[in-house]
Order: sequence, then structure tokens, then C-alpha cells
Amino acid sequence: MNENLFASFIAPTILGLPAAVLTILFPPLLIPTSKYLINNRLITTQQWLIKLTSKQMMTMHNTKGRTWSLMLVSLIIFIATTNLLGLLPHSFTPTTQLSMNLAMAIPLWAGTVIMGFRSKIKNALAHFLPQGTPTPLIPMLVIIETISLLIQPMALAVRLTANITAGHLLMHLIGSATLAMSTINLPSTLIIFTILILLTILEIAVALIQAYVFTLLVSLYLHDNT
Amino acid sequence: MASVGECPAPVPVKDKKLLEVKLGELPSWILMRDFSPSGIFGAFQRGYYRYYNKYINVKKGSISGITMVLACYVLFSYSFSYKHLNTYHLAFLTSEHERLRKYH
Repeated sequence: MNENLFASFIAPTILGLPAAVLTILFPPLLIPTSKYLINNRLITTQQWLIKLTSKQMMTMHNTKGRTWSLMLVSLIIFIATTNLLGLLPHSFTPTTQLSMNLAMAIPLWAGTVIMGFRSKIKNALAHFLPQGTPTPLIPMLVIIETISLLIQPMALAVRLTANITAGHLLMHLIGSATLAMSTINLPSTLIIFTILILLTILEIAVALIQAYVFTLLVSLYLHDNT
Repeated sequence: MASVGECPAPVPVKDKKLLEVKLGELPSWILMRDFSPSGIFGAFQRGYYRYYNKYINVKKGSISGITMVLACYVLFSYSFSYKHLNTYHLAFLTSEHERLRKYH
């Protein structure tokens, strides 16, 4: 049963070649671009959503931080579409692979830190010590702040992986529980089925929220460093 | 006696569309297609725009334009995991396929 449960998280391969690349390249097909002002309904709704999220996200940055707006908006679109597509049956979600999330988190976080250290080095170093700490505590606090800074990319990646993976696993488990109970006891099947429906709604929310959280944290790190 | 609408010069096989190729000409038609990387990319691009302009890029496109794509994606992923779903794991918990097939 253990292998059966985790089998949907194995990266698909075609004759040993990663087909996960195809899965990652699929969401852009659903987001067309257009050179016209008035478009079809799909593009209009997508552009409206993108405008909404980008305005919401980028108001708190100054001019230098807003140069990152393309990166952050494409990040949130990518994570949201990939997570939502993973809710379809039998599909493969690339964000369940820690390798991919690390590849997303580490360069972005490192980019914000390096940007901070290059431009305003005193401000960047000042983040290591919160204001108003008593003097004897300073060495320990610097160490703690350094550790909390270095753990930021790991936390970003592991948070996304764990949330999506846990959600998918729960749905697998409760789905197979529903199937197993259907032959034994019908009313409890309905109860478990209701739980499954609620879980699916939660998963849709989690898919979107995780995308938002990831991007929000990166933009926070950016705000600290610009 | 040639009527007014009849085309006297034959069209070369390479330029015909698939539905106009006769059955005997099919191997030569396949061999004459462009299989270079840019040719394959051009074929994907043509296919994409054919679907896009028919179902999505219309004035009142409906949700079925996207749901057809998603349904194909689900079927495609199912075919990928078909082999795995059919293997038999443990005695007390068979794979979903085995369980459904037991009743046939």
C-alpha cells in the first residue's frame, strides 16, 4: 500500500527521458498572448486577473523593487496553474518535487539577498539585529538572525512541496477509503464522500494560496533588500 | 469534354491535404513531409493555431474551449500511468484497476 500511495509522485519518464519537462511546458499553452486591445474571452479574463494580482502585489515596492514585477507575476501564475492542473485526476504536479521547488526558491532568494548586499550594504547587514535588543544578547541574536536568513529558501521550497504533497496524499487516502466503504456501508460512504468534496475545495484553495504565499514571501525579501 | 470548373493540371502529391490524398499515394505523402525540427515545430504551431482560432479566438468563446484541452490532458496522463495502475501490489489492497476488473 505504501508504494501504491506514493506512486503518483514519481516523475513520469518516457524511455528514461523526463516527461516531467512536458508537464511543466503544458501550462503556458493555456495562457495565450495577444497583440490586440480587445481580445477573446479567455485572454480578457486572464489579463484582468493578472492586472488584479500584479497591482495587489507590487504596490508596496519602490521603483527598484518594481523591476521585479515581471518575475513575481510570472512566478505566481506558474505556481497557481501548475497546482490547479495537478488537481485533475491522474495528472502529475511538478511542484510536488522538492527539486523543482528548490530550483525556484534558491535563485530568487539569493537574488534578493545579493541585490541588498550590493546596493545598500549597511542596511542589509542591519537586518541581522532587531532594534532595541539588550546588549548582552547581541551575539546570540546575530547568530539566530543569520540562521533564520539562511533558512528562508529551504522554508520556501519545503513549504510548497509539503503542502501540495500532503493535500494530494489526503485526497488519495480518502478517495480510496470511500471506494472501499462503498461495498460495506452506504451512509458512511456518503459521509466520507462529503469529506472528499470538502477536501477538494480545500485543495483548490491551497493551490492558490501556496502560490500566493510563495510569491508574497519572495516579494517581502525583495522589499527588505531594496 | 472538360467542363468549366474542371482543373486540367494535376496537383503534386506533396501539397495535398491529408483527406485529399488517395490511399495508394499515402506512403509517398508521408515520406515527403518535412520531418526536420523546424518542420515538426511548424506542424505543432499550425495545430495549435487551428484549435485556438476555432474554439477560443471567437467572439463568444465558451468554457468548452478549455475543458476539451483539460479532458485531453487527463486522458493523456491516464495513458501514462496505465501501466502502473495495472500492476498487482499486495494481497489485501489491489490496485484500482484490478478491483474494477474483478467484476468483469
